[in-house]
Amino acid sequence: MLYFSKLRITLVSLVTLFFIFVAASNFQDSENSLISKRINLGLDLQGGSYLLLEIDNTPVVLQRMQNTTTIIRKYLKDKKVIFTDLKVKDNAIIFNVSKQDSEIVKSFFLDKESEINPYYNQYKSHQFNLLIKENKFILTLSKYGLIEIKSSSQDQAIEIVRRRVDEVGTNEPNILKRGNNRILVELPGLDDPMRIKSLLGKTANLTFRFVTQGNSDTFGIETLQFENSEDKALVSKRIILSGENLLDAQPQMNNQTNETVVSFTLDRVGAKRFGKATRTGIGKQLAIVLDNKIVSAPVIRDAIVSGSGQISGNFTFQSATDLALLLRSGALPAPLNIIEERTVGPDLGQDSINAGVFALCIGFLLVIIFMFIKYKFFGLIANITLLVNLFLLVGILTIFEATLTLPGIAGIILTVGMAVDANVLIFERIKEESKKEKNNIIAFDTGYVKSKTAILDANITTLIAATILFFMGSGPVKGFSVTLAIGIFTTLFSVYFIARMLTGLYVVKNKEKINLI
Amino acid sequence: MINFNKFYKLFNIISACLVVISILLLLFKGLNFGVDFKGGTLIELRSSDKKINITSLRDSFSNMNLGDISIKKFGNENDFLIKIEQKDTSANAIEIIKNKLSDSIGSSFNFRRVENVGPKVSSELLKSSIIAIMLSLAAMLFYIWIRFEWQFSLGAILALFHDVIITLGLFSLFNLEINLSIVAAVLTIVGYSMNDTVVIYDRVRENLKKFSSIKIFELTNISINETLSRTLITSVTTLLALISIYLFGGEILKGFSLAMIMGVIFGTYSSIYIANPILVKLRVSQKTILKEDTE
Repeated sequence: MLYFSKLRITLVSLVTLFFIFVAASNFQDSENSLISKRINLGLDLQGGSYLLLEIDNTPVVLQRMQNTTTIIRKYLKDKKVIFTDLKVKDNAIIFNVSKQDSEIVKSFFLDKESEINPYYNQYKSHQFNLLIKENKFILTLSKYGLIEIKSSSQDQAIEIVRRRVDEVGTNEPNILKRGNNRILVELPGLDDPMRIKSLLGKTANLTFRFVTQGNSDTFGIETLQFENSEDKALVSKRIILSGENLLDAQPQMNNQTNETVVSFTLDRVGAKRFGKATRTGIGKQLAIVLDNKIVSAPVIRDAIVSGSGQISGNFTFQSATDLALLLRSGALPAPLNIIEERTVGPDLGQDSINAGVFALCIGFLLVIIFMFIKYKFFGLIANITLLVNLFLLVGILTIFEATLTLPGIAGIILTVGMAVDANVLIFERIKEESKKEKNNIIAFDTGYVKSKTAILDANITTLIAATILFFMGSGPVKGFSVTLAIGIFTTLFSVYFIARMLTGLYVVKNKEKINLI
Repeated sequence: MINFNKFYKLFNIISACLVVISILLLLFKGLNFGVDFKGGTLIELRSSDKKINITSLRDSFSNMNLGDISIKKFGNENDFLIKIEQKDTSANAIEIIKNKLSDSIGSSFNFRRVENVGPKVSSELLKSSIIAIMLSLAAMLFYIWIRFEWQFSLGAILALFHDVIITLGLFSLFNLEINLSIVAAVLTIVGYSMNDTVVIYDRVRENLKKFSSIKIFELTNISINETLSRTLITSVTTLLALISIYLFGGEILKGFSLAMIMGVIFGTYSSIYIANPILVKLRVSQKTILKEDTE
């Protein structure tokens, strides 16, 4: 029956007032309001940059293969197994073993407790899969071996990315893992991501190596190009010092030459090694190599034992600052590629907000005028419900600090259009019932009861669509599914608690009136 | 009472034609995929110089060798939308374009929006969008199957396919761009069209229980009529909301709201003229639903 206890009326009113209050706090200064929660604006509304980075794991995999090769070489030697042709080829480690050793070598790799081919106890699969062709052993990374490499390089990379982004100092960046080889970077308020893109695009692998004169060196040599010119130089593969030994790096003006340089400080191990190398190498050229390009190659005049030094190389102040930043934040384990970028300028964001809010007002106005014309007093009830529904929707978005996007605003407007559906279903049903039933109260009650299944089914289908959209969609579209889904719940609440109470109170007062609706 | 059932045949033929035409359009003309699904670069440019127009922009872009380029006005007189085929997402690709552009037309412009999608991401987005639409259709099929009977489920799904295919057919016909927000619109259409169908089906089921002697052909007509004012009012309020998004919500939401408007119109039509005739064809009777009640 249409009877409502005082407690229920009070509770519903309190909940409604609470959400109106929460929703309204979005329009106040955060210092003055009781609630510090706010709706987050998506990048498309406040402006900003969305970057999706993919880690190129090829060098990491190759490095792991080479390291494993070294381990295998040592292990087999220790076990006194004779092997030939151990090398990395086509993403596989291959070597030959004589027939009589074949079984024992096989067990080295396939034992559950294998020292050189681990992971079995963890994943029920080894790090490497073994394939034996006659006496040729072929090792390839297993699925789990590859996942392990990828996720560890992702962990390292996200840390470095975070440091670099933090150093640039944008407000509240959002840095997240995506899959096992991607990193998502969201930079609110940044309208030109050029600098961050170029900082993230560099591996920043720094090494100090001697320039060799002759063609021989026990560690091997390679030809590298200079960063700022077409010149090339032969450089030893022996690494004297790498970026890992750096404690700090800062841009600086060199007072004597009036040139911008990057000064660095080394840790103890680094200082020791640098001291030794510079002492023995006086007169030689020391190449400073960044990502396989020579930044500069000064001639060593004195032994440098202080553990600090300078890198020069025709820097502008900006490029020196960036290099110092890269060196401080450390090298990425593997190169990062930007595979998706979406940038919205702040003025476009503001335009979108204005247009969205204007469309919302017009849409709301059209709907309430239509409903009033169609249902008169009950239209008024439906409109009050709709207004409360809007406050509930905005209030819940605020409490969850959800991200509102432009499609999200469209979702709110669409909710306005679709939310009256539940009330229309009920009103139409009541109309039908009151043709058969003279008692207004009973007609209203059956109207509510009988329309329930249709309303539930209709809303659940929309909810299903919104849920799928939430899990499959990205960024802005996700915002749409969030408002659409929350809109369904607020609609049901406002229709069954608020509209029902208001119609109930009205009907009870006008029991005798004919053609009430 | 309006005799909707008199026109079942006629509208079924019309619908079948529209679906066939749409499929042919989709197969032979195809869809105009945006940057999200094709990869490439999209730039929304605003100029503060009256001399900058489509012709001058086209000239300067075609000198950059970026592959296929499309330039059009975007809302305002001095806003342009530039789509570039080039799928270069490297760190300085946008910067190079910006520099070359200011060399040729001066620097009185700014990029209000840049979207740069690599080939890998775009093919993933396309794949996940198709999966999302398929998944939502399957979920609806399943839900209706649980709530009603398989005959209803089939009718509702055919109505959904009808709406989705014709909406996409219209996008193909008018060469409108398909991007992520259109996929969101299609999914919402799926939800809306279902919503509309379910309300009528709910009434059909109720009437089936009530009247054992009335044939389904008549019964669907009664049910459609009983729910008609609700069907129309909800469509009108939804369309009012959508039209205001289309007119005032800004250029970015135009495609989305247009797709939704088409979807709502077809969704309303199909829940009357596709979903119900199917029940008639499948000879749904009181027995069909009583099975459910005796369980």
